[in-house]
Amino acid sequence: MIALTTVAASVHLASVETILAAGVFVVLMLGVFRGDRSLVPLTWVAVGILALAGAHLAVVPAGGATGFGGLYIGDAFSTFLKVLILGGAGVSMVLALPYLQRSATARFEYPVLLMLSALGMCMMVSANDLLTLYVGLELQSLAAYVLAAFHRNEAKSSEAGLKYFVLGALASGILLYGISLVYGFTGTTSFATLHGLVRGAGAADLGTLIGLVFILSGLAFKISAVPFHMWTPDVYEGAPTPVAAFFAGAPKAAAMGLLLRVAVAAFGGMTFDWRQIVTFVSIASMLLGAVGAIGQANIKRLLAYSSINNVGFALIGLAAGTREGVTGVLFYMAVYLVMTTGSFLAVLAMRGADGEPIETLASLNGLSRTRPGLAAAFAVFMFSLAGIPPLLGFWPKFAVFQAAMDAQLYVLAVVGVVASVIGAYYYLRVVMTVYFADPAPAFAPADSRVNTALLAIAALFCSPLGMLAITPLVSAASRAATALF
Amino acid sequence: MSLPILSILILLPLAGAAWILLAPGSDDARATNGRVTALAVTALELALGAGLWLNFDTSTAAFQFVEQVDLFAPFLSWHLGIDGIALMLIMLSVFLMPLCILASWTSIQKRVPEYMAAFLLMETLMLGVFAAQDLFLFYLFFEGGLIPMYLIIGIWGGARRIYASYKFFLYTLLGSVLMLLAMIYMTGVAHTTDIPTLLTFNFDPSVQTWLWLAFFASFAVKMPMWPVHTWLPDAHVEAPTAGSVILAGVLLKLGGYGFVRFSLPMFPLASLNLVWIVAVLSVVAVVYTSLVALVQTDMKKLIAYSSIAHMAFVTAGLFVFNTQGVEGGIVMMLSHGLVSGALFLCVGVIYDRLHTREIAAYGGLANTMPRYALFFLLFTMASIGLPATSGFVAEFLVLLGVFAGSTWLALGMTTGIILGAAYMLWLYRRVIFGTQDRADVLAMPDLNRRELAILLPIALAVLWMGIYPEPFLRPLRAPVANILARLHPVAPAPPHRIVPTLRILPALPTGPAQ
Repeated sequence: MIALTTVAASVHLASVETILAAGVFVVLMLGVFRGDRSLVPLTWVAVGILALAGAHLAVVPAGGATGFGGLYIGDAFSTFLKVLILGGAGVSMVLALPYLQRSATARFEYPVLLMLSALGMCMMVSANDLLTLYVGLELQSLAAYVLAAFHRNEAKSSEAGLKYFVLGALASGILLYGISLVYGFTGTTSFATLHGLVRGAGAADLGTLIGLVFILSGLAFKISAVPFHMWTPDVYEGAPTPVAAFFAGAPKAAAMGLLLRVAVAAFGGMTFDWRQIVTFVSIASMLLGAVGAIGQANIKRLLAYSSINNVGFALIGLAAGTREGVTGVLFYMAVYLVMTTGSFLAVLAMRGADGEPIETLASLNGLSRTRPGLAAAFAVFMFSLAGIPPLLGFWPKFAVFQAAMDAQLYVLAVVGVVASVIGAYYYLRVVMTVYFADPAPAFAPADSRVNTALLAIAALFCSPLGMLAITPLVSAASRAATALF
Repeated sequence: MSLPILSILILLPLAGAAWILLAPGSDDARATNGRVTALAVTALELALGAGLWLNFDTSTAAFQFVEQVDLFAPFLSWHLGIDGIALMLIMLSVFLMPLCILASWTSIQKRVPEYMAAFLLMETLMLGVFAAQDLFLFYLFFEGGLIPMYLIIGIWGGARRIYASYKFFLYTLLGSVLMLLAMIYMTGVAHTTDIPTLLTFNFDPSVQTWLWLAFFASFAVKMPMWPVHTWLPDAHVEAPTAGSVILAGVLLKLGGYGFVRFSLPMFPLASLNLVWIVAVLSVVAVVYTSLVALVQTDMKKLIAYSSIAHMAFVTAGLFVFNTQGVEGGIVMMLSHGLVSGALFLCVGVIYDRLHTREIAAYGGLANTMPRYALFFLLFTMASIGLPATSGFVAEFLVLLGVFAGSTWLALGMTTGIILGAAYMLWLYRRVIFGTQDRADVLAMPDLNRRELAILLPIALAVLWMGIYPEPFLRPLRAPVANILARLHPVAPAPPHRIVPTLRILPALPTGPAQ
């Protein structure tokens, strides 16, 4: 029998999620009664709720306390990721407003679904048990499937939603199968117990090992790592641009966090076993992401391959399996979240004379003449994603390479840097299009001050000025990583 | 000295660039503002550089004007400082920069503010490379230079500019990332990113080879050494004149600077063991690129190939491990920076008038452009290495050093000097002498005052360095002796030779300076 105080402590531990869950119902009810025209006020209400939840992070226990009978954990690691998740979700809500209003998809469900997704993600990163993991992941994914098809009158968007759903359901099935195998062979689903049970090479039996492979496969799908990446370009292209911006950011960070916790906190004794898988996935993602992007003519597909590529780089840190490696991954995800959101903000500014969205790379021709500011932002994001110093995007790559070298994964590091050179080719192609080509017809002028401001902030963050953020970010990531070991 | 002069030197152009880009006004007003601001900032930089030189203590090899702020922990810190070698290269950069701005004064009409800002950004990054005392701060500046140069070639370049800019970027990036991994390994072993500390750290002999090769991959491409030189002719041909000047004058020196700063003192054993790679590549480069230069029909390409040949002198000099060779290599970098920069400017002068770089289009300029012919002659002679020009001091020192190290190598390198004289004199003959009956060529006016103001300072510097090189050599002495002291315990016995060198030149020490 659980004492009432324990329940209260657990709820307090999960107060961020509680606020979000309550907020979802409030916004949903308001929307039902006020209708679609209340999208703008409801979005700001939702942002306020996210901010409230974020502010609550300061009072939530973050010292590794567990709740709900060990299903749930609050530590520096989950706090770090929740900041990213809430920030990413909030920005994705705001940046979508002009797009939704223009494209006749101004439905109040948008902020509701994003909040639900954020709730799922927060549960994911606080999961201390394979079942919590699964529930959080499903909550996040189901909201995401609907979001992908949000432009429901458009065939491409519906196709994206359906494709995402079918493949996502398959991945969830694989994950669940892996969980059941692990449970069957070890008798537990708790991370802490698993960590104590499987220690050292050969400690785990074959069933647990296969279960681990299945779990990793399911999670690799969520972070769109090769060979489970096929959905990414199609979904990014088909989904409405703000939704793609959201997919590329916070859910990646959350799923990566989940992967880190499962690998380190639950299966930390089997580092030698999963390192081979992670190394392979990392190399494959880096190379395929770099090569696949070269032929793309659609900027959203290009960014999809870029996200595959970047996930590959982040996984280098996990392959190292050390505290420095995990620090590197967390730092990577934080910077990547800003870079990718910024890139999508720039894509959102690509609109034809009538305000219709344009997604071809060719339409960026000579943008530096017609829109110098937007062109500079594109250049900053592309050089940053390519990892060219002194832009901020170089330093997360640096951090994971450093972890890999310290862990003596020399081959992985060399493949990584070579992949980064291949990747530089297509990022340069965007810069070339923007700066060297003759101007294409000009885009419609910027229509949202908020989005322009967000774009400017993201660009400044990714510029060399952002290097001032290295020290605070890395020390926060390092504290978060320490919580796992 | 409490004034953070190096930080000011590095950040001032950045501030200038920001002002140029953000200044309001009409297109014409912004263009004028860009030109004037860029010239003012680069002139101020030159003055600051002169102040640096005057206050520099040449008697010590220690780093001076040191500044350190822990800004970007844990990855790197803002740590600056210079020794004599860095000082001379900084002087070269700040000296060439205002001339580049002047050279672009009228020839660049397209997107002037962006152009000027890119050059100022370039200056920040180049000075940063020479002044960085933190391994990753060095890397940051070293790599960052790719971005403005990519834009300069790509936006203001010639017909095949896009191909050339890609090739430049990806080639040099591939070389550099391997060096990055080596740097990461080094800091992992030595637990510091501080360059002065790493200079005295003894790396395990077995890994030195790998580290040396990784650094070599980067510097050889930057240098560029044969056979990874192919990006250079393309980049030079397509870049605007001032871009070529910066490329040849300063960017090519980054590779040589890297060898002096990192490869030699940090990996002495590997430098010794792998010296054959450098020697073979240098000799091949000298002979091969000189022959290639002979058959060029494009002036810029010819000078680009001659640059590769001169850079091979630098590598040959640096890797014979004696005072003359190393000092000669560094002087060669300075001299080549001035001379090749001037030659590109000379090409720019007539290119601005006729808009072709084809040698065959010119001829007989001695009659119509006598002042131009005079300057062109001086720089041609300096490139060949005629006494009383900077080229002579450089080539003589290098050959002296190389001869003491290996006579066979000296034999090969000397061939390059003869071939160098051949292609440069032939170029001069075809462009300046002969008869001309094309009306447009005959109508070309002689140097105007702006062009004189660009070429005259370089000419004076070339002569100064050729007649009285002591002020340029003095700052180098202590740091070079320091490097040789690192190499000394492992320095080789003079290898086999066809002439007993030591009997001919008994006064020359083959080890470090006494």
